Amino acid sequence: QNLSTSETANTLEEITNYNNYYEFGLDKGDPAKYAGQLTIDPWAVQIDGLVDRPGSYDLADVMRMGPVEERIYRFRCVEAWSMVIPWNGIQLSHILNKVGVQPSARYVAFETLLRPEEMPGQRQGFLDWPYREGLRLDEAMNPLTLMATGLYGESMPKQNGAPIRLVVPWKYGFKSIKSIVRISLTADQPPATWNLTNPREYGFYANVNPEVSHPRWSQATERRIGGGLFNSRQDTVMFNGYGDQVASLYAGQDLKRDF
Amino acid sequence: MQIVNQALRPVPSWSMYLLGLVPLSWLVLRGVMGQLGVDPVRTVEHDLGLRALQWICFGLAISPLRWLTGINLLKFRRAVGLVAFFYAVLHLSAWLFLDIQLHWGQIWGDILRRPYITLGMLALLMMLPLALTSNTWSIRRLGKRWQKLHRLVYVAGAAAAVHFLLVGKVWVGEALIYVGIVAILLIIRRVHSQRRASPAAK
Repeated sequence: QNLSTSETANTLEEITNYNNYYEFGLDKGDPAKYAGQLTIDPWAVQIDGLVDRPGSYDLADVMRMGPVEERIYRFRCVEAWSMVIPWNGIQLSHILNKVGVQPSARYVAFETLLRPEEMPGQRQGFLDWPYREGLRLDEAMNPLTLMATGLYGESMPKQNGAPIRLVVPWKYGFKSIKSIVRISLTADQPPATWNLTNPREYGFYANVNPEVSHPRWSQATERRIGGGLFNSRQDTVMFNGYGDQVASLYAGQDLKRDF
Repeated sequence: MQIVNQALRPVPSWSMYLLGLVPLSWLVLRGVMGQLGVDPVRTVEHDLGLRALQWICFGLAISPLRWLTGINLLKFRRAVGLVAFFYAVLHLSAWLFLDIQLHWGQIWGDILRRPYITLGMLALLMMLPLALTSNTWSIRRLGKRWQKLHRLVYVAGAAAAVHFLLVGKVWVGEALIYVGIVAILLIIRRVHSQRRASPAAK
């Protein structure tokens, strides 16, 4: 099954100079300016909670848990802009299967590195650091859900969440947590940073949904980055166009309530 | 301070319009050179809005500057206000034509339901009668009412600053600085007018 889009990907220049990565500052150019100082080697990911083989896994061990594939995905930010990004990474399901998910696990929690001395944004208190996100287990096991370790066939640039980050293409970008140091399998819904900060504006599910407006702007259309000053807006598609793969996950669920 | 005022005396008030065109020229130049970054729409929209707010602050600062330092820029005030209005109109145009691209359903929805856009629109609408009555004929014609009408700029300035603050996902940085500047300028006015009103200060 080919999960990649045939749409034209954004350039590496665009993908690496327009980032929301508040650990390095609020401006979209800040991550490119300040992420260089981040140490990403050595890197370990703590995998714990309701798993058979918990432990601290070296990045190289995680990389061996499944084949590294190229996935060209649409990426839709909650701020109503979008890109097309050629990721390289391992399906999260492969990793979870390797560590053994226990039957009582229902959610997967993720945590970003906490290192204020290298991440200037963390020295300010505008978010409750470290950044945290979570998925329901069935979302995490979906073949689309990727642990990305690279872009355009090269290792992940630091401003894009090196060395390893989540990519969930049918959800708003803030779900795709960067620079992951911990993955926990839990029975209860884990805390998610934006959801905690402003639950009215950012839901736990955060599925791309043109019908559900952000309280401060409409989500019906989006601007595709890269078309210049006179690029036309395009309609936002339910589940960012990945409905065939993921709509069944939410059968019977009211997505206006569970936004 | 007399030196500053003397130096300013031969400077014609229309020179402020030329100064007002400098930020726009710089933006256009950056555009021509392809230096507007990955998302030029956002850069242009944000830059024009920021200029509008900066010129509003400049206008609001003219009287406090005279009270506190004696520097008199009153003759430039009309030009400063009109430049602010000019940038606000360009900012709105950038939103309408480049960003939202005349999706009218979304535009009305945004104006009515999104507080930050409502505030931004209100700020601009309040500046419209001020711009229209900025000519000498209106000043003569309206007399005391002109003064009263032009106090709307205080409300417009506060609305513009809060508009900027509410755009962001978190309340930090640049926007807070502008809210602070507008707040301080308005407080100085308040204190000044109270002092003038109370006989004890004389």
